[in-house]
Amino acid sequence: MSPEALNRAGLTRADYDGSKTTLCPGCGHNAITGGIIQAAFEAGLEPHRVAKLSGIGCSSKTPAYFLGRSHGFNAVHGRMPSIATGAHLANRDLLLIGVSGDGDTASIGLGQFCHLVRRNVPVVYIIENNGVYGLTKGQFSATADVGSTTKGGAVNDLMPIDCCAIAIELGCGFVARSFSGDQKQLRPLLKAAFAHPGTAVLDVISPCVTFADHEGSTKSYAAVKQHDAPLHEIDFVPYYEDIHVDYAPGTTREVEMPDGSHIVLKKLGDDYDPTSREAAAAALASARAERKLVTGLLYVNERQPSFTDELRLDDAPLARLPLDRVRPPKATLDAIMDQLRTGKGLGAPAGGG
Amino acid sequence: MNPHLNDFSIHVATVNGSGSQTANSVLLRAIFQMGIPVSGKNLFPSNIAGLPTWFTIRVSRDGYLARRRDNEILVVMNPETAAEDIAAMPPGSVIVLNEQIAAPAIPDDRIVYRVPMPKLMEPITTDVRLRRLVVNMIYVGVLAEKLGIAEAEIERALDAQLGRKPKALALNHAAVRAGWEFARTQLPKRDPFQLERMNETAGKILIEGNTAGALGALFGGVTVVTWYPITPSSSLVESLIGYLERHRRDPATGRATFAVVQAEDEIAAIGMVLGAGWAGARAMTSTSGPGISLMAEFAGYGYYAEIPAVIWDIQRIGPSTGLPTRTSQADVGFVHQLSHGDTRHPVLLPSSVRDCYEFGMRAFDLAERLQTPVFVLSDLDLGMNMWMSDPFPYPEKGWDRGKVLTDDDLAKLPKFERYRDVDGDGIPYRTVPGTKDPKGTYFTRGSGHDEAARYTESPDVYARNMARLARKLDTARTLVPAPVIEDDAEAEIGLVAYGSTHWAMIEARDQLRAAGVRTGYLLLKALPFAPAVASYLERYSTIVVVEQNRDGQVADLLRLERPALAARIRSVRHDTGMPIDARFVSDAVLADARAARAPRAAAEGVTR
Repeated sequence: MSPEALNRAGLTRADYDGSKTTLCPGCGHNAITGGIIQAAFEAGLEPHRVAKLSGIGCSSKTPAYFLGRSHGFNAVHGRMPSIATGAHLANRDLLLIGVSGDGDTASIGLGQFCHLVRRNVPVVYIIENNGVYGLTKGQFSATADVGSTTKGGAVNDLMPIDCCAIAIELGCGFVARSFSGDQKQLRPLLKAAFAHPGTAVLDVISPCVTFADHEGSTKSYAAVKQHDAPLHEIDFVPYYEDIHVDYAPGTTREVEMPDGSHIVLKKLGDDYDPTSREAAAAALASARAERKLVTGLLYVNERQPSFTDELRLDDAPLARLPLDRVRPPKATLDAIMDQLRTGKGLGAPAGGG
Repeated sequence: MNPHLNDFSIHVATVNGSGSQTANSVLLRAIFQMGIPVSGKNLFPSNIAGLPTWFTIRVSRDGYLARRRDNEILVVMNPETAAEDIAAMPPGSVIVLNEQIAAPAIPDDRIVYRVPMPKLMEPITTDVRLRRLVVNMIYVGVLAEKLGIAEAEIERALDAQLGRKPKALALNHAAVRAGWEFARTQLPKRDPFQLERMNETAGKILIEGNTAGALGALFGGVTVVTWYPITPSSSLVESLIGYLERHRRDPATGRATFAVVQAEDEIAAIGMVLGAGWAGARAMTSTSGPGISLMAEFAGYGYYAEIPAVIWDIQRIGPSTGLPTRTSQADVGFVHQLSHGDTRHPVLLPSSVRDCYEFGMRAFDLAERLQTPVFVLSDLDLGMNMWMSDPFPYPEKGWDRGKVLTDDDLAKLPKFERYRDVDGDGIPYRTVPGTKDPKGTYFTRGSGHDEAARYTESPDVYARNMARLARKLDTARTLVPAPVIEDDAEAEIGLVAYGSTHWAMIEARDQLRAAGVRTGYLLLKALPFAPAVASYLERYSTIVVVEQNRDGQVADLLRLERPALAARIRSVRHDTGMPIDARFVSDAVLADARAARAPRAAAEGVTR
């Protein structure tokens, strides 16, 4: 589409821009920002129905740089998941796009990340993963690979935390890994994630040009390009478009999302089944052993009940309920007072004894 | 008149987890049904079963509800503490002794009622476990007979509590009956204590502060509740869950107009509240000291980014884990300034179960009006003990959602700036996510921001914003619950107290009056101080601030409020973890007054 073209929401691509980036030129995060803008435009997202959230760090600055017509929330370090959970409970109609980094998610925020996934709160959770703390000038993060070095030459001996493996273990219904330099893969993954009704985790390797783009880093542009092992080619067909079957039979897998859209996965080499948790865990384990970077849609279970389902929330956003729906009538209070007066139906008071 | 008529305390010493709670609340309710003012305090350990626990029922014809230090009647059910419990009883007191317990020799000037409780239980049930639980009803029967509680009142109280479990009801009845019969036939009345019907409880309710707070939240229209279990706060959310499930879930569809989340910790709990408040919901969490400490970073975020939130702190005594099941007012200074940087929060200080209910609602109005976290500081004594109260009134007014701009509002405005002080009260306008008009969009951040919510490191803009936040807190002074003031033109001493300390103050003022000392009284209901607080300080040559913490935290805040009056502000502090009692207050005030009359002592300052 040309820059002037209008999407389904009647908006141009520029309507999805944010303010100018203040990150380093060449930063992988800027490419992801571009991917989000393009994916949101192509998906025809209505900006007022989107809320952008983040924690603290270079990656967490990026929500200011996309979707300037959407409300944004730059939270405290590692705690974006709790903000997202609250925002969702208040207004279930919002599409929440959370951006975090490897420091924000895998260290200080690991607990909140795990519990967000465990609850299956509908959030598109993007980890912009470069293995270093950029904003504090190049310390290792918890996703740095064993043997990876800092710019100054210090070697990391500790096991990396693999956020995709954790998400799969915790039953996440949408887990993908990608690379900031592979927009062809990233955009359809983002659009598919927008259509997922639960937590969607996208771990996007995003090289830090200032502190981790050197020979000792396993997350440099060169290293990622060398070790990238895509599982499949990905297409995303929104619900309002027909699926064009221009692949040879038997060469694709399709996943239909609850909104009627389709993820089309074109086989590359071995057939990979993204609906198998076991296969996903095995793919991550063997990739680690072979020092490869598997990318693509690792696991999908689009029917996993979400937190909204579990809580059986009213269809209307809780934030918009009028007083008469949230304040019980006087008769209710009177009945409760009567109970407290007579003691009828009350259990023993709290505490010990 | 018999001085012991409707005026004494019953102290029951048992073992945690032994089922004594049912027995004690039946006793309490039965006395309440007789129209006699009564209160119950549960002194329990941080333990599920096996450690000593005490329950004190105070009967007061004068209507005093505070704890007393002395008890007149002791029920000995715990061999571990028997010697100590008995030693604490004064001459003339009554000791009801489970005969099974080997007690030390008891002086003759104590009245001992020995009851063969195991033997009395034998015909009632053969189940050993049930015997252990139901044996508590024996002392209920004994006390009822000896003190003059009609058997029908005990039955009514039992029926209210166990009516839905006919088997348990019958068993408990039988045990009460056995105790009653034994007392009637074997224990001639030798004590002076007596209960007689009054008409002081008609229409009143018995409720714990935490349940009252939950009702406030329910009728305040809460929609998002998050929590992490912690004593003594858990029962607030647990009773709220009960009420929400009953009254806010559509029975036909099963759909809820609320969400409750048990969070992974208190950081997540307040994070969810802020996320929900930002998105327009009425959201709250409830915790105690350790949870408050964890919430510090987010509390500052809420203050600086200006997000409504309601946080209950049911105070227990610290520092650190402290004594998790003992009461305190030691979080007030910390909570008022919770977080790094120049952070200040409105703090509501409920002093009664009625306040817990009202503030439970009002905290939401204030949080949304002021766009800031509002803390409600209750404590274990208020929150977990049974208090008598007039029934709570249904809210007369609707709700105040504060300055929220809708799409219709935005359509009429040339522009919207999130942090612009349009009205001069320090409170800006906000929009919530989901607002269609692109004008209404803004970016929320904990970093430096200008009026339009844009990132900035400009020194001037930073200072201007902080000055506005200070102005907003000044506005809060006029919106938070006002203090209740009882002036006495002839008094030199002006008392100040807040929270659960109030109940000891009422009684202490009567004691002081009897001793010839007149006092004014200000019951503080919130921070920042309402304008009336400063003028009260001006009116008395001596101000005595009574509170339940070691350092006199509110006394310090008052000295900062009016530095010129600092010298006249004195501090009385109770920090044992036990609820404060009236005699402690009146003794301290009298000692202080005596010292003030002696010039040297006054110069040194006796209390501080």
